[in-house]
Amino acid sequence: MSNTKQYETVIGLEVHVELATKTKIFCGCSTEFGGASNTHTCPVCTGMPGTLPVLNKQVVEYALAVGLATNCAITQHCKFDRKNYFYPDNPQNYQISQLYLPICRNGFVEIETAAGKKRVGIHEIHMEEDAGKLVHDEWEDCSLVDYNRSGVPLIEIVSEPDMRSAEEVIAYLEKLRMTIQYLGASDCKLNEGSMRADVNLSVREVGAEAFGTRTEMKNLNSFRAITHAIENERERQIELLESGQQVIQETRRWDDNKEYSYAMRSKEDAQDYRYFPDPDLTPVFISDAWLDAVRKSLPEFREEKMARYREEFDIPEYDIGILTDTKHMADLFEDTVAICNQPKKVSNWLMGETLRLLKENGMDAQDIRFSPANLAKLIALVDSKAININVAKDVFAVMFDKDVDPEKYVEEKGLKTVNDEGALRRTIEEVIAANPQSVEDYRNGKEKAIGFLVGQTMKAMKGKADPALVNRILKELL
Amino acid sequence: MDLLSYSAVELAAAIRAGEATAVQAMEAVLSKIDEKEEQINAYVTLDREAALKAAQKTQKKIEAGELTGALAGVPVAVKDNLCTKGMRTTCASKMLGNFIPTFSAQAVINLEQAGAVIIGKTNMDEFAMGSTTETSAYGETKNPYDFNHVPGGSSGGSAAAVAAGECFFALGSDTGGSIRQPASFCGVVGLKPTYGTVSRYGLVAYGSSLDQIGPLTKNVPDCAAVLEVLATQDAKDSTSIRREDTDFTSALTADVTGLRIGIPKDYFGEGLDAEVKEAVLAAAKALAEAGAVVEEFDLSLVKYAIPTYYTIAAAEASSNLERFDGVKYGFRATEFDGLHNLYKKTRSEGFGAEVKRRIMLGSFVLSSGYYDAYYLKALKVKAMIKQAFDDAFARYDLILGPVAPTTAPRLGESLSDPLKMYLGDIYTISVNLAGLPAISVPCGKDKAGLPIGVQLIADRFAEKTLLRAAYTYETLRGAFALCTDPCRGNMPLRRRTGRAASIEDTRFGD
Repeated sequence: MSNTKQYETVIGLEVHVELATKTKIFCGCSTEFGGASNTHTCPVCTGMPGTLPVLNKQVVEYALAVGLATNCAITQHCKFDRKNYFYPDNPQNYQISQLYLPICRNGFVEIETAAGKKRVGIHEIHMEEDAGKLVHDEWEDCSLVDYNRSGVPLIEIVSEPDMRSAEEVIAYLEKLRMTIQYLGASDCKLNEGSMRADVNLSVREVGAEAFGTRTEMKNLNSFRAITHAIENERERQIELLESGQQVIQETRRWDDNKEYSYAMRSKEDAQDYRYFPDPDLTPVFISDAWLDAVRKSLPEFREEKMARYREEFDIPEYDIGILTDTKHMADLFEDTVAICNQPKKVSNWLMGETLRLLKENGMDAQDIRFSPANLAKLIALVDSKAININVAKDVFAVMFDKDVDPEKYVEEKGLKTVNDEGALRRTIEEVIAANPQSVEDYRNGKEKAIGFLVGQTMKAMKGKADPALVNRILKELL
Repeated sequence: MDLLSYSAVELAAAIRAGEATAVQAMEAVLSKIDEKEEQINAYVTLDREAALKAAQKTQKKIEAGELTGALAGVPVAVKDNLCTKGMRTTCASKMLGNFIPTFSAQAVINLEQAGAVIIGKTNMDEFAMGSTTETSAYGETKNPYDFNHVPGGSSGGSAAAVAAGECFFALGSDTGGSIRQPASFCGVVGLKPTYGTVSRYGLVAYGSSLDQIGPLTKNVPDCAAVLEVLATQDAKDSTSIRREDTDFTSALTADVTGLRIGIPKDYFGEGLDAEVKEAVLAAAKALAEAGAVVEEFDLSLVKYAIPTYYTIAAAEASSNLERFDGVKYGFRATEFDGLHNLYKKTRSEGFGAEVKRRIMLGSFVLSSGYYDAYYLKALKVKAMIKQAFDDAFARYDLILGPVAPTTAPRLGESLSDPLKMYLGDIYTISVNLAGLPAISVPCGKDKAGLPIGVQLIADRFAEKTLLRAAYTYETLRGAFALCTDPCRGNMPLRRRTGRAASIEDTRFGD
């Protein structure tokens, strides 16, 4: 490849987010993930003749919240349209979506890039219904349809072509994910499909005004896949241009195993969706009062939270960053501090043991089960020297797993530190008598030898001793 | 006691008084069906035993005091595009030949709660597309007044069943005149309510923004009583409207003093049959003599109603009918090669010619590049037509005109010239475009003895005014002989075609 030309990558994203409503967008069926095939269905979401859609108000509220949080203008008189196409995962053979009057338009989010802050424009956000799932039965050689996902509410967030690299794309997606998670509008899990991103990418010579021909990449299920697909597609398009060929406007599918994309359909095969306003749904009117109510209910977002933490709590900047990374962690932190008023200690438990166990178990912050009350109790147990820190860590592991009450657990398992100094003194005397060599070493100036003696004492006490007290008595006796 | 001479309201009163039973009423209807159905073919689905059993059950409930509804014990016929739980609902199409719904339409549920007993499902134009009931996949229905003529459509089976005494009243649906026009052709009363008054849940959609369910009855009081039962707000239908004024029977007073009635000159021009014109104007004169203020006015926009209607209705239909694809329920082509071919063959074989024509028309007007020129323009004209009616109702309480340009055409005449058939809807479709209520009341017969109807149109939510005027006219007119005696016309019995098409398929819930 010649190195004479410099290319710029231009990227826009279409992000689908599954909303966290209890029921589907147009019927009362559960949106719960999983369940036996076609058990979360009714005549409406299976497209039976004569059925009609009725809009779930919570869907509008979530879409409004996301729109407000991403600085969008709200279409206070919005409508639903039918997108007509035949495919068995779509029981009516049309998808109810929004084309002409999407609920949100002209927003932006700010991302951090190597070159500083950057705005990524949001063209629009619209509401729509998800489709069912086709399952191919190899044994019977037939295809089956599961409509459990049919009618699950989605929002599609369409960005402007404002991103220039995979790093910017990931920063944008992380920003969206964090914002939406803070709103509680979705859990945004790429691997479970509750957040899906299609990448529109083109290249052009640096300095060029016009955009190049773009392709759309589908089936990207992780940040890693997105990064690889972007790099791969950039290279593919540059190679085409360098060899005097043209980029064809088409939809491509990413194969994450082969790290390669292939063309699904070109612009020429593009379907005519024959969009038109859905006559079964009345226009959605969003009053000023409703909009204000949603605006007022918006949570404190990360930047504001970080600023407040700096003011209120004496904890390191690094901790603040991690604690506010998800709303769940921040809530846990704040709720626990509200009970025990020990920000530093709460932060230590979350930053240390909690993150370690989350990583070990492959869990996210939102999967945390223990309550703020129990974490506060655990901290109090350590503070009052009822248990030592090592016992506390063991108790925490159980709490992390089952959210047990640490006070009861310590009581039941008899884990309380023995505060009977006489008993401890007797044990230490025995340890000293049994380890003359270590005693000798210590007396000869080997300070480290005392560590061994402390360890032996703790072992004899089955961990239920205050190490500081053990240290003091040991030194005294030696 | 000839129960069949009773109106629905009279029958319900007789049953309440213990002078008749629901079972006797059903038996009377079934014996009339035995006598006439072979010739008329008003029903697509009829289960005599089930109907009798349902009547017996209802009678027991009435006697036990559990059922006191206004229509308790009255046998009703339901148009076959209204879902009936456990009872085949075909839309007169091969496509839904053995489709058995898992739920009932809200309108049907309302009737059942009022104690009406379902006899069966009536014939219609396939998916309500047609004006003659000849596009049915289950054979055409004949006009009870003359078997050589159509009953009108698309609710032709319902109108014919009421006229022939094969039921006491019937449900129809009206997208462009499908209740009023067959009511006119068969000499019965048919009412299309204000859009949003009757829940569309369970009505297999044709043109969703125009479809409305309504009653076909022997007289105006029956019509008011049935509408009272049908008109409830339904959370399952977003376009359903909450109304406080649904005590329609209270409007049945024979008094039109001072009522302002406008007659659109445009409704009486070229194309209107002279006998129809004479009968309709005579009805206007009768109302004027009774104290109404009747005058002519211009409603010229109406000439755009036909292209507007066929654009919007076809567009919506092309999308509404996409779900019939052979995947989930209904007909599936037996041999196909891959998914695309399954769709193609299923829909080619499952739909009739008129349905395909409208799907193609609708797909065309919605396609990219044509949307603005056709569909969007039609929506704009629709808004203008609505405005024209708003202006008219600023001056008039009611608009009076014909229902159809002619009396019932001969069988076969309309299908050969669909454009002519479309033009026959000229007086009825603007009512749907504007979402208005309108009623067809028999006002005479032509020389051949075929019924003529007069149409009264009211402003949205003014059904009471409509019913009051219709009731007044009906009282002035006097009895209109229903066609309960042997009909004229010596057409040989024809073997019905297409009935009981055997289609193997599975349904959800099987």
